[in-house]
Amino acid sequence: MKLLTLNFLTCARKACKPLPTSFPLHPADATLATTETAFSPAFLRNILPRLDWPALKGLCDELGLPGVGDEAPGPEALFEDGELPESDEDIVGEIEAGKRPTKLAHDLHQLLVETVMLEGKLVCASCGHEYAVKEGIANFLLPSHLV
Amino acid sequence: MEYIVRFAQTHETFRRPELEALATLWNIELKIVTYSEDSPFCVVRLPSDDVARKLVSRAILVDSVYELWGSGPNYEALHADVKAKSQGKWDKYTTTSFRFNVHGYQCKLTNKEQRPIIESFSYLPFDGPIKMKDADVQFWVFEEYEMYAPSPKFLYFSRFIGPGGRDTVLKYDLKKRRYISTTSMDAELALITANIALARPGGLFYDPFMGTGGFPIACAHFGAMTTGSDIDARSIRGKPNRNVLSNYAQYDLTDYWLDWFISDLTNTPLRISRFLDGIVCDPPYGVREGLKVLGRKDGGGTEAVYINGVAAHLQEGFIPPKRAYSFDAMLDDILDFAAQTLVDRGRLAIWMPTANEDIELAIPEHQCLKLVANCIQMFNKWSRRLLTYERLPDELVGELIPRTKRIVEGSNADELNNFRRKYFEGFKPSTPSEK
Repeated sequence: MKLLTLNFLTCARKACKPLPTSFPLHPADATLATTETAFSPAFLRNILPRLDWPALKGLCDELGLPGVGDEAPGPEALFEDGELPESDEDIVGEIEAGKRPTKLAHDLHQLLVETVMLEGKLVCASCGHEYAVKEGIANFLLPSHLV
Repeated sequence: MEYIVRFAQTHETFRRPELEALATLWNIELKIVTYSEDSPFCVVRLPSDDVARKLVSRAILVDSVYELWGSGPNYEALHADVKAKSQGKWDKYTTTSFRFNVHGYQCKLTNKEQRPIIESFSYLPFDGPIKMKDADVQFWVFEEYEMYAPSPKFLYFSRFIGPGGRDTVLKYDLKKRRYISTTSMDAELALITANIALARPGGLFYDPFMGTGGFPIACAHFGAMTTGSDIDARSIRGKPNRNVLSNYAQYDLTDYWLDWFISDLTNTPLRISRFLDGIVCDPPYGVREGLKVLGRKDGGGTEAVYINGVAAHLQEGFIPPKRAYSFDAMLDDILDFAAQTLVDRGRLAIWMPTANEDIELAIPEHQCLKLVANCIQMFNKWSRRLLTYERLPDELVGELIPRTKRIVEGSNADELNNFRRKYFEGFKPSTPSEK
């Protein structure tokens, strides 16, 4: 389960969903890992305005990861003038000529797409229900009394 | 300029929506001049060769695209049209290497029959070498016949521009895929679905009934970031070396895989906000795969169960109870979900089955979603269709009128699901004794 996905997940219970405390879910006993994934500036630019930034910041604090800023960066913070380094050659089609991704863009990619939660639980702050994460796959099925 | 799009003569109702979707995707000005379901040849107007090449490059149902030099009902008319329309183009090809091809639709021409046809174009001032292999320019004569007719009804003369995307189908052939199930969508239709849904680099695409991941993989092929979920944990996890992720690895697409999770769409954990670029799905309709949601059929289980003082649902190996659900109700749920989560102009592409006697059956509607394509794949007594909707921007939707969900009475799969019942009854016409 990537940290990006966690930014889009709430408690699955219909009773919890309208409550602000049902989002974000809080990781417990989390085992984190890194999976190397190709960097896609087009995807990052696309997804950035759809993130809930306070939730992302809170998640980083809870997991003890290096923090992100208080304010959500705008799309202009992802690119700067300069020559594309060789390590980024394969993204040449996704980026304007004469621009290169900033360090922030690479950091966000690493945080959102390359950091995964392999094992642990996701806890709803509203009802306290725990969703298990096993081998990176979260299970959001509910027992009948919670449906 | 006019071009001929040469379609594959299959899945006819999908061809035009796919081509139009790709024009929408790349903002290409496409004007369809002539099109018929009975013919592979479609005349279109496009701004340039490069645009034409790009437009068809990933179109699964396009064989190739050509620049139209002339057309007519017989050779006399064809030659007159070529001379009238394309004389200005001839000079460009006087010294390049070239070859001629003659292709008949619904007719096969022998080399002996092709020769006089090719020679009838000898007035073209081409002095370059003729190369049967790797010629710089290829000219094509197309003859279109009615079935079993002795002579063609229409002729085209054209210059080859570029191939369509049909080769992709072979790469994703289910026979060669390591992990599939009984309900895996045929690779060709999955790729077409991804095209009509506008799968593209940088976009985020979701399949809420992913099964073995056929649709997400098709979207990933076109560069989209993909995610999926399923109520069946087994289909997601698979076996150690045969699972959805191994399929991604087989096609070298793991960079486009984002995540998956186990969930039921009627109790989705996804945050209700507009973040998806597309939703593609083939929901189970109760024939090969039962349509189930969380909950108990008898409405019981309202209290947590404790075994030796420990809540049963928190124990290892707990399987939540599931009940049969109505396909109509599920369609309504999917449309609601799509309206709440798609970005403006994001697309929902969804497959649904119908008995042929119900072909006029109402297509599900939603105030926020505009139907952009309705493609049908016919089988003997039933058919399935791909419905594609576009999420309208809020300013075009106006004030939301609350929807009343269709309520389907019943507790077992047959009562809840009309299509399933008819399928297993062999689509017999209804008798008066039935209600």
